[in-house]
Amino acid sequence: MMAKQQYEQLSPEWFQPAPPNVGEQEKINRPSLTFWQDAWLRLRENKAAIVGLVMIIILALMAIIAPMASDRTYKDQNLRHAKLPPKIPVLEHIHWLPFDGRDANGVDVYKQRGVKEYYWFGTDDLGRDLWVRTWYGTRISLYIGLLAALIDLLIGIAYGGISGYYGGRVDNVMQRIIEILNGIPYLIMVILFILIFEPGIISITLAMVITGWTTMARIVRGQVLKLKNMEYVLAARTLGAPTSRLIFKHLIPNVIGPIIITTMFTIPSAIFTEAFLSFIGLGIRPPEASLGSLVNDGYKSIQTYPHLMIIPAVVISLLILSFNLVADGIRDALDPKMRK
Amino acid sequence: MARYTIQRLVYMVITLFIIATVTFFLMKLLPGSPLQNQEKLTPEQRAIILKEYGLDKPVPVQYVQYLGNLLKGDLGVSFQYDNRPVTELIGDRIGPSAQLGFQAIVLGTLVGLVLGILAAIRHNSWGDYTATVIAVIGISVPSFVLAGFLQYFIGVKLQWLPVAFWEGFKYTIMPTLALSVGVIANTARFMRTEMLEVLSSDYILTARAKGISNAGVIIKHAIRNSLIPVITILGPMAVNLMTGTLVIEKIFAVPGLGEQFVRSIELNDYPVIMGTTLFYSALLIFVIFIVDILYGIVDPRIRLAGGKK
Repeated sequence: MMAKQQYEQLSPEWFQPAPPNVGEQEKINRPSLTFWQDAWLRLRENKAAIVGLVMIIILALMAIIAPMASDRTYKDQNLRHAKLPPKIPVLEHIHWLPFDGRDANGVDVYKQRGVKEYYWFGTDDLGRDLWVRTWYGTRISLYIGLLAALIDLLIGIAYGGISGYYGGRVDNVMQRIIEILNGIPYLIMVILFILIFEPGIISITLAMVITGWTTMARIVRGQVLKLKNMEYVLAARTLGAPTSRLIFKHLIPNVIGPIIITTMFTIPSAIFTEAFLSFIGLGIRPPEASLGSLVNDGYKSIQTYPHLMIIPAVVISLLILSFNLVADGIRDALDPKMRK
Repeated sequence: MARYTIQRLVYMVITLFIIATVTFFLMKLLPGSPLQNQEKLTPEQRAIILKEYGLDKPVPVQYVQYLGNLLKGDLGVSFQYDNRPVTELIGDRIGPSAQLGFQAIVLGTLVGLVLGILAAIRHNSWGDYTATVIAVIGISVPSFVLAGFLQYFIGVKLQWLPVAFWEGFKYTIMPTLALSVGVIANTARFMRTEMLEVLSSDYILTARAKGISNAGVIIKHAIRNSLIPVITILGPMAVNLMTGTLVIEKIFAVPGLGEQFVRSIELNDYPVIMGTTLFYSALLIFVIFIVDILYGIVDPRIRLAGGKK
């Protein structure tokens, strides 16, 4: 009964169709985002990636500024100041931090030898300042990372683009070349090249130019193969666009996501490779310093002066970790499949 | 499948031939000479030594001889290790390296799989985040750095395990750990992604709808299907392990192949460098070949499509 009464109270006037309001329906309340703004928003939410980015910036700034700001250089030897533990002003008073200038036995070496200066990261067995050498080594790591990215972008994209775009016999030959290059373990290739040229930054650079771009080439080729049969490419071709325009204006911009992701993952692995080569004595040669060779030098006195190994080891790990975090973040931000 | 296998075999032989050729000519271009430490040799003595090693003949003749010997499994004799055949040197040293590699891959894949599966099942929980963080750190920290920390803290400070050398199982624990962390990280990452993808697929929903218990769904359907693609990372992993043994053996003073390889580079011992390079390449190419074939056998979708590409 109750229900029926309620129904009767409802007036049909209440059920009029709403007036059509076309303009209001189509109104976009929020500004539309471009692909990059969207990606940036997603990247910003990724705390790990932001931490990585901040760490990269700090490490890069230190690498640029620290060797310049110090009055010592990476190769200045001072045998009277050899094998000093780290000592940093202010931090030296916090006794549980290893920056109080005491060695493994708790002896204040600075006082014992009457050294007035502060060596923030200590010195090695030739009295070279580890602070300057560590940041100098970071410079080399960053240079290698940038170089690897550049090679990926220049050679990798061109090779993969041409191979995928032309297809047929060209593609077949180019892919066989890549297959053979890939068949030879990367590290062995690098070692062989370093054996011909003298070890040093130039050999590492050359070896990377020859071997470092195959992954990128494969990815770009795969994408181009997929994209080149799309209608918009056909349309551009019908309008008479030259091949170079098709590749660089239409295909590459559409492959840019995978390209950026691959580049970002190339950087940490290149940094690792350089450190690895320097560690086994095939990379940077003394007196120059690389993080890998610093860790290797540190091994020799791990029992008595562990800071010589631990400090560069921490820096190289942080560097590779930050690049990996940022690469992970960028992959998640650019790959729409990862959207939640 | 048979055609695909044969095609892959042919490529394998071609690649090996090219590597052998490249290595040979690179060695000829090297700046150092095996005789550089004996400067007091008279020209006659030098000529005798060169003749003994066959270095007096023109390069093309040396090349043909080298290829011929290679087919017979003869990699030449070492310049530095008392004229011993390279095959024998490799044979002597392969044991510890193989043991380390085997232990690392077994430990690494097992732990990695468990971590990856757990992370995927408890997606977005703190367990997942922990596993992800472990994986990222494991990928980022170079094995030589990790080995150094292990050696310093466990070996020197705590003195739980021997710092170096190779005198029994106890001596293999730290090198194995240092080597396997990369394997753990890679496997865990890969397994997690695969597992997440499988868990969101329709047949899992069907299985759940049929009323199969959660454990049953995960063990019978999800894990089994996610395991298939994990086979593909075994190839790159073998490459990583090989790279790893070069430094790990050096750090822990393990008398393995990697340690000998690094030393022979320092000594300009061409035949050992060439032989070991070829051996490593052949091994890796063979592993990648086996992995590809295995993948075709395990995953029928690939077989039906007629090869991987």
